[in-house]
This record gives sequence, structure tokens and C-alpha cells, in this order.
Amino acid sequence: MKAAVIVFPGSNCDRDVQVALGQSMRALRGKGEPAMVWHKEADFEKVDLIVLPGGFAYGDYLRCGAMAAHSPAMREVVRRAKKGVPVLGICNGFQVLTETGLLPGAFLPNASLKFVCRDVHIRVETSQSLFTSRYETGQRLRIPVAHHDGNYVADEDELDRLEERGQIAFRYCGKNGETDAEANPNGAARNIAGVFNEEKTVLGMMPHPERLADPALSGSDGRPLFDGLVEALS
Amino acid sequence: MKPNERAPTPEIVTEHGLSAAEYDLILDLMGRAPNLLELGIFSVMWSEHCSYKSSKKWLKTLPTEGPRVIHGPGENAGVIDIGDGLAAVFKMESHNHPSFIEPYQGAATGVGGILRDVFTMGARPVANLNALRFGDPAHPKTRHLLAGVVAGIGGYGNCVGVPTVGGEVNFDPGYDGNILVNAMTVGIAPKDRIFTSEASGVGNPIVYVGSKTGRDGIHGATMASAEFDEETDEKRPTVQVGDPFTEKLLIEACLELMATDAIVAIQDMGAAGLTCSTFEMASKGGLGVELDLDRVPCREEGMTPYEMMLSESQERMVMVLQPGKETLARAVFEKWDLDFAVIGRLTDTGRMVLKLNGEVVGDLPIDPLAEASPEYDRPWAATPKPADVTPESLAPPEDTAQALLRLLGAPDLCSKRWVWEQYDHMVMADTVGRPGGDAALVRIHGSERALAITTDCTPRYCQASPRAGGAQAVAEAWRNLTAVGAQPLAVTDNLNFGNPERPEIMGQLVGCVEGIAEACRALDFPVVSGNVSLYNETNGKGIPPTPVIGAVGLVDDISRATDLAFKAAGEAIILVGETRGHLGASIYLREVVGRREGAPPPVDLAIERRNGDLVRGLIRDGRVSACHDLSDGGVALALAEMALAGRLGAAIEAPQAKNGAGNGAAAPPIHAWLFGEDQGRYLVTAREAEPVLEAARQAGVAAARIGVTGGDVLTLPGGRPISLGEIEAAHESWLPAYMNG
Repeated sequence: MKAAVIVFPGSNCDRDVQVALGQSMRALRGKGEPAMVWHKEADFEKVDLIVLPGGFAYGDYLRCGAMAAHSPAMREVVRRAKKGVPVLGICNGFQVLTETGLLPGAFLPNASLKFVCRDVHIRVETSQSLFTSRYETGQRLRIPVAHHDGNYVADEDELDRLEERGQIAFRYCGKNGETDAEANPNGAARNIAGVFNEEKTVLGMMPHPERLADPALSGSDGRPLFDGLVEALS
Repeated sequence: MKPNERAPTPEIVTEHGLSAAEYDLILDLMGRAPNLLELGIFSVMWSEHCSYKSSKKWLKTLPTEGPRVIHGPGENAGVIDIGDGLAAVFKMESHNHPSFIEPYQGAATGVGGILRDVFTMGARPVANLNALRFGDPAHPKTRHLLAGVVAGIGGYGNCVGVPTVGGEVNFDPGYDGNILVNAMTVGIAPKDRIFTSEASGVGNPIVYVGSKTGRDGIHGATMASAEFDEETDEKRPTVQVGDPFTEKLLIEACLELMATDAIVAIQDMGAAGLTCSTFEMASKGGLGVELDLDRVPCREEGMTPYEMMLSESQERMVMVLQPGKETLARAVFEKWDLDFAVIGRLTDTGRMVLKLNGEVVGDLPIDPLAEASPEYDRPWAATPKPADVTPESLAPPEDTAQALLRLLGAPDLCSKRWVWEQYDHMVMADTVGRPGGDAALVRIHGSERALAITTDCTPRYCQASPRAGGAQAVAEAWRNLTAVGAQPLAVTDNLNFGNPERPEIMGQLVGCVEGIAEACRALDFPVVSGNVSLYNETNGKGIPPTPVIGAVGLVDDISRATDLAFKAAGEAIILVGETRGHLGASIYLREVVGRREGAPPPVDLAIERRNGDLVRGLIRDGRVSACHDLSDGGVALALAEMALAGRLGAAIEAPQAKNGAGNGAAAPPIHAWLFGEDQGRYLVTAREAEPVLEAARQAGVAAARIGVTGGDVLTLPGGRPISLGEIEAAHESWLPAYMNG
């Protein structure tokens, strides 16, 4: 399996996701390391998975991900995604994906108007995808969020369509899986924490699975996501 | 050069914060009257902020050497050897004055400045911490200042992608007019690739990189060296504006270029911007500089040399390159879309020559200016010794449980979750010990080792007795590192005081520095960097003396580190260290009894060391499951925090005379035993108490089993059981409620 991490000048979780994915590649396939692709490169090698990492792509002084969506590398990512190459966008990567139109919806500042960094619980809405095959549907994961603009919005019709087509990957939930307002760290519509495209080849998620993929960091609920990708794409 | 049209008037000299005597010295050095540009340069170079003129004499008394010290004070940051070919690079710096005037930008640029101090030396920043002091929560400005400072720290640190892993937040009416924002950065560098600011090589190019120069922050250093008054709000234009995205680019570009052999010397543009940075580089190298100001990248047209030289625009660096490396360096900075300009060269004249349109607009001697930088032996008066408060003189609280809940929810002791959840404390995916513990633990990337980091100061102790307070701040930092299992290595200090021209304030500084020096010597804990912030004073009222200690330690194996959470039911709780029940200057006395008086607890550094060495050994040997240092609020508060962190209650027994928990004589009254703040103490848990007690006996350390973990209530002697829910509500609710209020 070959993977690429797109590096924008203000990406700051690029190394973290390289480490987490590389760890799964080596554990399951004995070798491998995701390549780092600079945002100015439109012509990078053929890969089985593209990752858009967290951070502040171009400072995000405008709207999160708005400028990144128009970078040379992203134009190529969109082209390949449309051909079916799997893409994982985490946090800022999710914001970029909505700005390119690869995923529906958009983001507002958190309902609290404050940055929020803490572990949250999310419920796996389906195990039927490249990204979630190593989880059980309904499984509750503990994974951190760290964002200022994680308040996912879409109009009601769009949200209904997402539900009908099974495009909701994760929802913020409480200790017993309840998806109520209390469990929602940012005000996201219907507690949505992660969304697929219609084909389920593109996933955007606000929580950071790469930050809890190592038991030394007090949890490893993020690890099966990377293991599952390596397994499915090798 | 062009003759001066006219010499500066006495008013202009005063506006530049220079005394008549200092101006006479300038006339002597120059052999003529300075022009306005030159006067501006003298004014910033000789400001308290840049010259340390009031504190230098005392700073020299601090111990700064040790087997692990690679660079002590005098560089942008301190550097210590942490093994495996790596060095830890760290420093703490204040941004107090700007943060009071404009809290968001003041705090944000404080973070930016300290980050630059660290990566300038070749280190990748891996952790930020912040020690914050605000006024009375009831003061009308406090909420706004706290919200702005926290948002500013988060806004900057979160974007650059360096985790903010710890710090402190305290409140006291003494900070109503002058808040304190002390930011610390820790970085890691290859030990043999440390960069300094010492210029060398006559003719080598001087290069400017980063953001363009604007009109912001002119005379920020001078502003930070003066008291506040009613017109402080008018100083807002002297506060700089931060751009964390550019800082992120600058970090990456500098580290990329540092991996080559292109850089001779590098210095960030902090206080007094281009002036201070080029001056320091030349001065350290014994050389001169010639700058062509036409080439300085400017944000606006028509900026004067005075504005260019004194601007404190952020995210800028100056470098001296190896000859012929300009093209290589330019390519790196262009890749990161940053400005790059060759603005001058090193000379052998020993002078700073500034040119505009080919014409000399300023010409100053470098070494004489640096050497003649004033150093004052300011008169000082020792702080009078406070009367002690004996535990017996205080009636026990009517309700012990209520007293504990009160402390748990007190502004100084309550959970600071509202603050640190606004900081990205996990980016870089190496935060092993998150905020809320005794010390943060940041794994050294790609290894099983970690740095332990903390900041500490107890200003009410320093106010009562500067010397004891200074020593206590060091001891508590050392203890916090020990409590997670780390070997304490070195410290950085951030000395915040009022107006040093007042003998009683100078006496606080002298006392605190004496205490710090004494403790650092006794604990082999050298001071490798630091910062002094004076004139934290409004309308003649100074802040409480606040010498903040930032400390770094090393954990060799993260699987052998620990934290404060109770781990399992049925474990013995052991109190290590002697409990006399010292309540003078305690938080119990202030919050529960309502009195601010008494002497702080004595600090016995030999005992501190013996107790700490024992505890660290027990942690490393895996003989204890949890550990927490005792400080504000004593045994009772520590137990509540351990219970809350572990979601597990405990039953505590009354201390008995001669059980090792007392001083061999009668045990102190229960409330003094519970809330006393005697130093050198820890609480540890263990499945078996006896091996721990035996190890303590052999080490000559007082230790006693005081209870057992289990259940969902905390039962203290002489008090009703307190549920974990009650503890959590008391601890977690004050700050969010206050901020929403």
C-alpha cells in the first residue's frame, strides 16, 4: 500500500498522521511510510490513499480550508478522488474537503465560540466502509477533538439525504452512546463528527484518530481506523 | 554624516525614558548630541527591559552551571544536555504590559516571542506553558482580561502547532492593575547543532527574513519599562499584532536552513526589533554592522529609519550567512513564501552605521554602548519578618468537609479546565502527561523518554517573606517534577516585580533572588535562562512579588512515570514528609478563615532533597502507583484531587502522635494536619504500605500510612464523607460559571 499526506504550509498534524498510519503499515505489512506531498506539487506519484492532515492550511484567516481547496495539490486530489482514490480528511482536512465539494456541508465556529481540545466520545454509525471496517457499528470510541470551527452544518434536506444513504460515519455521543446536546462539543448538526461521500471512498472527520493510536498516549481507539485502511488497501 | 538640525530637547529625552545622567553619558560616548534615531536606539538598548540595569547585579548571584548545562543565561534561551545526542532548549518570558493593554494580541505575541527565542537556537519547539496572574475576580476588568489572554495564547499556539501543556492561573487583587503573562517554550535540538547570535566574518552578509516591518510596537520595550497610569489605554498602538501562520512558516524555514551549513549566526527580532538584534550579534562578535535601510522589507511606504529600527513587528529574524550562501537561503525562504533580503554586512569598525539612500543617518559605537549600559545598585530595604501564626491559635472549622469544598472551588485552586481546553495540548502526538497534573510529560519524539515540565510560584509566600518564597518556588517546581518520576535538571526564571526605584520593591527582588539561588544550589538545579519584568505597578501600587520558576526534568522510561490519579481500590495511602501543620500564609487561612498573614512554611532544602530522592526512586522502582506533591491546601486538597482524577474515594484516619506524620511530638490539630502547607511532602499510593514505609525508614524520611483508597466518597477525619460528585462540582464549576457570568 502507498499513501500520501498532503502538507500545506500551515499543516501541523501532518507528522502525527504519518506516524500513526506508518505504524499500521509496518505492523500489518512489515514496511511502508506515507509520503509527504508539498501543497505546490500537482504531480505526485500514484497512491492508494491520500490523507489531508489537521492544522491551519494557509493560516485560515479567511474561512477554514477555503484557500487550501484551490492549491495545486488539492486540484489533483479532487481529480483522483473523483476517480475513486480514497481520501481521508482529519479536522482541517475535513474542512478542506467540504470547501472542495468532495463532501457536502460546511463549518461554522463552535457554538461556544471557543477553541475546544479534549477527548470526546464518538459512535461508529457504520462498519461498512474502508475506514471503519475494524470497528463495530454502534461502537463507542474515545478520540480527541481540537478545533475552533467544528460546527458542521448542512440544510435539513441534505442532512436527511446523508442519513438515508448512510453517509454519516461518526456522531458525538455520551457515555452510553446517547447523541444529545451535552455530548456535542461544537454544536454540529445532528451531532455529526464524520461524513462519507456517497461512494464511501472519502471520509472527513473532526476528531483526531492519529492522536490516540498509541497506548502511551492514554488510548488507542484511533488505531483500528488506520489498521483497517492498510488492510483494505494493500 | 549630516549635522543634526538640532539636539534633542530635554522633553524628548524624558519621553524616551532616559534620565539626565544617562543622557550625559550618551553625549560622552558620542562626542556630540545624538540625532533622534540614535537617541531612540540608546533609549531601547538602555531600557530596563533590554538592559536589566536594576537586576543585573543580583542575577549574577544565581547558580548557572552544572554538568548538563550547554548554554546558560546570555543566549536567547538556556540549553541543557538531555542525553542521546539531544539538548533541551528553554526559556520563560513575560508579556505583562502589552497583555494588560490588549489581552489577545499581548498574550499571543508573548507566545510568538518565546517560541522564536527557542527555535532561533536550532530547536524544534515541543511544548508551551503559561503562568498567568490576574486581579480580583470581582474587578471589572478581570473577566475580559482572562478571556482575551487565554484566547490569544490558544489562537497563537494552536495555529503554530506546538502543544500548550501546562502552567498556572492565579487571582489576587494585587494584580488588578497589572496582570502577568509569562510564557515558556521548551524545544529539542541536536546537541551539536545549537545556533547562537555571535556574529563572525567581516564582510559576511546580514539577512532579514520573515514578515515585513510595520509601524507596530514602536517603543514597546520602553513602554514595558514604565509604570501604568490613567493614560495607559493610549499606549495601545505600542502593542504588536501576531501572525501565527507566518511564525509557523518561519519555524519550518529556519529549521530547514539550519540543517545546512549556511548560517553563521541568527537572532530573532524581539524587543527593540532590528536595533537590538543586530546590535547583539555585532557586540557578541566584537564587530561592526552596516545596514542599508532601503532594503528592509516594509509594510508601508515612507517609513522613517527611526520607525524601521524601533518597530517591534512580529515574526522577523536576522541572520549572518556564510559568504555565497545567499542563493541557497533565499530558495528556502521563498519556498515558504517569506520575505528574504540582504540588508547589510558585518564590518570591522565596531560601529553601527545606518544608511538610507546611500546617506549615513545614524552612526553609533557598539561596544561602548553595550558596555556603558547602565547597571544600578539600587537601594533596597528588606521585607519585615512577619509574625507567625500557630495552628493552635486558629479554631477548627465548623465543618471540615465544607472547608475542603470551599478550597476546591476557590479561584486559585479550582480546576483550570476552562483554560486548558482552549489550548491544543495534544498536537505533535507526544503529550503523555496532559494538563492538570503536577508536571506535564512530553515524550521525546521517537523514543521512550520524556521531558517533565512545570511552572511554579506562590506569590503570597513571596510577599510575606521574599527569601522563603523564592526558595519555595524552586522547591515546589523540583517537587512537581519529582512527583511524576522525573529527574529535575534545570530552571528558567521569570522575575516579576513592581518599581525597582522603590527600596521595598527592590528588597523583594533581592530576597527572592537570594531564595532562588539558595534553593537552586542545594538542589543542583541551575538557572539557564530567564527574564526580568519590572515596573509592574499602577499609580504607585506594585504587584505581589512573583518570581515564577519554569523547570524541566527528564524521565528515562515513560512506562515508569506516574501521575496523581488513584489507581485501584484497597491501596494504602502514604504521606511522605513531616507534617507540622503550618498554616501561616496558607490558602486555608486566606480562603476559609479570611486572614492574610503569617510567615510562609519554612523550606528545608536538605529534607526536600532527601524526601524527593526517596519518592523518585519509589516511582522508578514501580513501588508506588500514584504520586502527588503537597502544596496549596495541603493533605486534604491533594487527596481530593487524587480521588477526582482516579474516580475513586478514600478513607483517611486521624493522625496519631509519634506516628511519623507529626514531628515526633504531639500531632498538630486536625485542621492544621489536613490543610497545613508544610513543604517537602508527597502523597503516594501502594498496594502494600510496609515496603514503602521500610524504604522511608532506611532513608531517614518521615512517612506514615494515613488511609486506604476505595468507594465513591472521601472521608476525612473529623468530617462527613464527601461524594466524588460533590468534589467534582466544587472543583469544576467555579471558573466556567465565573466566565459565563
